[in-house]
Amino acid sequence: MTAVETEHKGWLGRSVKRKEDARFIVGRGNYIEDIKLPGMLHMAILRSPYAHANINSIDTSRAMELPGVVVVVTGDLLAEHKLAWMPTLSGDTQAVLATDKVRMQGQEVACVIAEDPYVAHDALELIDVDYEPLPVVMTPQAALEDGAPVIRDDKEDQTDNRIYHWEAGDAEATEKAFAEADKVVQLVTHYPRCHPAPLECCGCVADVNPATGKATVYMTSQAPHVHRTVFALVAGLPEQNIQIISPDIGGGFGNKVPVYPGYVVATAASLLLGRPVKWIEDRTGNLISTGFARDFYMDGELALKEDGTMTGLRVKMLSDQGYAFADAQPSKFKAGLFHIVTGSYDIPAAHVVTEGAYTNKAPGGVAYRCSFRVTEASFFIERLVQTAAYELGADPAELRRQNFIPPEKFPYTSATGFEYDSGDYEPALDQALQRVGYTVLREEQKRAREEGRLLGIGLASFTEVVGAGPSRHYDILGIKMFDSAELRVHPTGKAILKLGVKSQGQGHETTFAQIVAEELGIPPEDITVQ
Amino acid sequence: MITQTKPTTQEIAVTVNGQEHSLVVESRLLLVHLLREKLGLTGTHVGCDTSSCGACTVLVDGVPLKSCTHFAVQVDGREVKTVEGLAKGGELHPLQQGFHEEHGLQCGFCTPAMLLVSAALLEENPDPTEEEIRWALSGNICRCTGYQNIVKSVQWAAKKMKETS
Repeated sequence: MTAVETEHKGWLGRSVKRKEDARFIVGRGNYIEDIKLPGMLHMAILRSPYAHANINSIDTSRAMELPGVVVVVTGDLLAEHKLAWMPTLSGDTQAVLATDKVRMQGQEVACVIAEDPYVAHDALELIDVDYEPLPVVMTPQAALEDGAPVIRDDKEDQTDNRIYHWEAGDAEATEKAFAEADKVVQLVTHYPRCHPAPLECCGCVADVNPATGKATVYMTSQAPHVHRTVFALVAGLPEQNIQIISPDIGGGFGNKVPVYPGYVVATAASLLLGRPVKWIEDRTGNLISTGFARDFYMDGELALKEDGTMTGLRVKMLSDQGYAFADAQPSKFKAGLFHIVTGSYDIPAAHVVTEGAYTNKAPGGVAYRCSFRVTEASFFIERLVQTAAYELGADPAELRRQNFIPPEKFPYTSATGFEYDSGDYEPALDQALQRVGYTVLREEQKRAREEGRLLGIGLASFTEVVGAGPSRHYDILGIKMFDSAELRVHPTGKAILKLGVKSQGQGHETTFAQIVAEELGIPPEDITVQ
Repeated sequence: MITQTKPTTQEIAVTVNGQEHSLVVESRLLLVHLLREKLGLTGTHVGCDTSSCGACTVLVDGVPLKSCTHFAVQVDGREVKTVEGLAKGGELHPLQQGFHEEHGLQCGFCTPAMLLVSAALLEENPDPTEEEIRWALSGNICRCTGYQNIVKSVQWAAKKMKETS
């Protein structure tokens, strides 16, 4: 390496001020709500007040008479164009606008398109819907009871509320491990439903040009490339004529992974009307209807030897999926939770059963890094190991250390068949314990207990399956995951980097520019990241 | 026939970032929409529609106010400052510099309001403690940063302002 090259390099591993800050600190970000197009119309959504109800009729005549209203879109109108239903990321179906029935509170029932957003919202109050409430199913346990109302009666082969039953691992070997165990530790837990709630709600501006047939959709999308394909599948538009533009995003946290009915209706309306249509979700709509996280009931047990060595793991999970199965679950791999349900531990035998059920709640399941339900698996194994430490009277750090997959065993194939390519967990644990001053903390805890005060110390180890992984191994709906980059270098030595991943505030424009700068030897300010 | 009454309108005069505006607005027009839609100042954001998140905060006569739950007519005759009015003569406000220096933002959605509330704080209390900063910002939610760097950013700006005053 020459001295000149050395001088140019060195952009990694040093603090570089964020390139994206310049626009945000002066109020010149470009979020969905900031986008205005000529002739743009505004859309508002009417949502169901009931969690489960038949729709006897929808009368839009009063709304249509309000000056400024252009059209009121209902499920029946969409059905004429075969757009009343759309696929979810896991290949199930979800209603765009309800036709015969609503299956969750807040479900989209009708959309008003108007010249002005205030008028669009006024018109919602003039739509008359005749609902006939039905019994509601609120938990997956109730959903699987005999005689429970069948929520997805729209699906021909669906005679109950069961979505899937998957197993991984070796039931027989696990049975044997438990039969021979010195100690069995049990855990029953519910990891409750929670909401990502980014500060910016969802929204879009759909612009279908009637002359060219090109659909340009500006939308709050964490995965614009996947969404382009989904739009092609849903709307039957040729994919090369669709462009999804995801501008600045006001936080995502998984909320902006699913395709929501609002996007689809706005695009359909733009297609029908030949004018751009803007939809900006309100907070109530966001909280009530968009993709949630968790909602897993998890029971299981751990088999151990007297000395604390883990020998077997048995897990049974039941998930509440809402009224549509919409996890971003990779079809090749069934549930991602299988991969790391044994955590960072060398457990020779494991057997896992997961079941999913429909309930009268919003679908989702993709938020908070749990697209593949990895977080649920981690939560469960860590709670179980912690419980084992309590019951054995062992130090929770030492019990973990004792059972970590040892470095010489990598690449390691887990009892559920997943390969861990590399790892050395003990030094990481040592460093964490040292940094928090674990020994001192334990002494402080002891003193506190003597004084009658409660002081808890939590520990968890987490082996992460990063992102969705390379597309040859991970796949959604057969459309891969688009982990890609394209670099163009201009004649003047400046560069544009186009990425297949989307920032929601992480600072991609800076960090990826640093990587290119390191490799090419040009400064990050000469590289624009898109 | 529709029985809804036609929205009433009102004339208002308001000074925004030092510039006087006279306009006729619907009486029900929200302040945030006056700023964003009528005046093109899109740095003020709507997050929750309910005064809970603070993303829409602007300064009215120097006092932080959540513009998503105030009507435009309520600022008739008053002075409004938005994030677009923070920099002076092309030079960033010390708070804007501080947020950049101390990584006080990620997605940027809450940032304009954070800056304005901090500006009001430093105007009133040029040397706030960490607790006073946290209290001042307690009406503003950030979902990305965990606040630590926002506090540091305000401290950075306070120090800078003291040095240059």
